[in-house]
Amino acid sequence: MEIFIDGIIKAIKMILSGDKEVFDITYTTLQVCLTAILISTVVGIPLGVLLGLNSFPGKKIVLVFVNIGMGLPPVVAGLYITMLLWRSGPLGNLGLLYTTHAIIMAQVLVSLPIIIGLTAAAFQQIDHKMLMQIKALGATGFQRIGLLLRETKLAILAAIMAGLGRVLAEVGAAMMVGGNIKGDTRILTTSMVMEVSKGNFDVAIALSFILMSLAFMITFLLTILQQRKQRV
Amino acid sequence: MKINKEIYLCLFALLMLVTVACTNNAEPTKDGVPSSQSPQDMILATTTSTQDSGLLDVLIPLFEEKHNIHVKTIAVGTGRALAMGEQGEADVLLTHAPAFEEKLVESQDVLNRKRVMYNEFIIVGPETDPAGINDADVGAAFQKIYETGATFVSRGDDSGTHKMELDLWAAAELHPTNETWYLETGQGMGSTLQLSAEREGYVLTDRATYLAHAKNFEHMAVLGEGDDVLLNIYHVMQVNDEKHDLVNGEAGELFVEFMVSEQAQKIIKEFGIEQYDQPLFFQYTD
Repeated sequence: MEIFIDGIIKAIKMILSGDKEVFDITYTTLQVCLTAILISTVVGIPLGVLLGLNSFPGKKIVLVFVNIGMGLPPVVAGLYITMLLWRSGPLGNLGLLYTTHAIIMAQVLVSLPIIIGLTAAAFQQIDHKMLMQIKALGATGFQRIGLLLRETKLAILAAIMAGLGRVLAEVGAAMMVGGNIKGDTRILTTSMVMEVSKGNFDVAIALSFILMSLAFMITFLLTILQQRKQRV
Repeated sequence: MKINKEIYLCLFALLMLVTVACTNNAEPTKDGVPSSQSPQDMILATTTSTQDSGLLDVLIPLFEEKHNIHVKTIAVGTGRALAMGEQGEADVLLTHAPAFEEKLVESQDVLNRKRVMYNEFIIVGPETDPAGINDADVGAAFQKIYETGATFVSRGDDSGTHKMELDLWAAAELHPTNETWYLETGQGMGSTLQLSAEREGYVLTDRATYLAHAKNFEHMAVLGEGDDVLLNIYHVMQVNDEKHDLVNGEAGELFVEFMVSEQAQKIIKEFGIEQYDQPLFFQYTD
C-alpha cells in the first residue's frame, strides 16, 4: 500500500515540477493517440455508414472481417506492421519503423475496425420506416445522413470512446513498432513497462495516474457530449 | 442539426489539438544547433541491461551532440539484437554474447567488433538458500540446485544472460529445461528477477540489473559471484553496410569509435558509483 501512496505523491510531484521528460512522454502519447483516433474516426464512420445502410453481395463476409478486426490483438498488428516497415520489408525505404508514424499506423489498425463495426451496427438498427419517411419528405443525401447521424449519436460517440480506449491502452504494438525510444517514440504505456522492468514501481504508478487522468478527461468530455439532451 | 454540429465541433477540436501538437513537435529541439542540417538516424540494437541500468541515457546524448546523429536505441535481448544486425535492421550493436557475436563476424554480417566493458553475472537466490549453494563454485552450485530441485528462474528469451545460463548448465552436463522446478519467463532481466523474488527461486542475473532492483526485495541475496566463468563481456560492432543497402555504416563506425574513446570509457568506469557505491561496468578495451 505504501508504494501506491508513494506513487501518488511522486505523480503529483512530477506534474507540479514540470518534469520535462514526463511532459514529453505525455505529449507524445496525446499526439499519437489523438491522431490515430482522428484518422480512425474520419475513415471509420463513413465506412461504417456505408456498410450499415447499403446491402450488397458479400456484405456479411465484410462484416465478419470487421468484427474479427475488432478483436485484433495489438501484438499481431504490431508484428505485421513491423514486417511491412522494416528495412527488408516492402516499405523499408521510407524508414518509418521506430517512429511515431509507425505507432499511429498500428493504433489505427486496432481502432478502425471498432469504429467501423460499431457505426455499422448502429446504422443497421435504424428503422426502415424512418428511412422511407425521410426520403418521402424529400431530404437531400447530405440532409439524410445528417439526420441519421443525429439519430445514432449515442452509438457513434460510444464507438469513438471504445476506439480511444483501445488506443490509449495499447502497449504491445507501440513497443514493437515504436521501440520505446527516449524523447522520440516513448509513450506512457511503453515507459510504464520499462520502468517496471527497471524496478521503479513508484515512477510506473505515477505514470499510470497520468495515463488514467488523460483517459478520464477525454472520456468525460465525450460522455458529456454524448449525454447532452437533444433540443428539438 | 445542432447535435450534428456538436459532433463536428468536437472532431474539429480534436483536429486542432493534434495539429498544434504536430507543429510544436516539428521545431528543432536542440538550442544553438543550426537546424539547416537535420540529423541522420542511426539504429542501435542493444541488450536491456545497458538501457535499464541507465548507462545509455548518459552516453547517447554525448554521442548525439558530437556527431549530429539521432540515435534510436532499441533495447531487446542480445539474441534479437544480433538477429537485427544479421538482417540489416540495425546499424550498430552493443551486445554480450561473445561466441554468437563471433559467428556474425565470421559471416561478415558485422565489422569492426571491439571490446567495450565487462561486469559479472551473479547467482541470486532467497536468503534462506534452500539448495545450500553459498560459497560453492558455479558448477557445484548448479549441481546442487539440480539435485535439490529448488526453484530456478530462467530468462528463456535467447538473451545474452539466457545463453550464459544454458552454457553453465551444459558445462555441468545437466539438462534442467523439462523439470517442473525450472521456470522460463521469456521476459527481460528486471521482470525475471521480480518473478524469482516472488517464487523464491534462484536466478542468474547481471549485477547491474540486480543492484537496480535490490531495493524491491530484501529477502533475496547474492549467493554466487566472483567466478571467472561468470564474466560478462560487452562488445560493440557495426553492421556491414555492404551487405544491406539501408545500413548507415558511417554512423555505425563513429559509434564504435565513440564507445572505445577515452571520453566514453571514463563515463563507463564511473557510472553507478554515486548511486550504488560501486561501478556497474568496468573498462575492458582491446
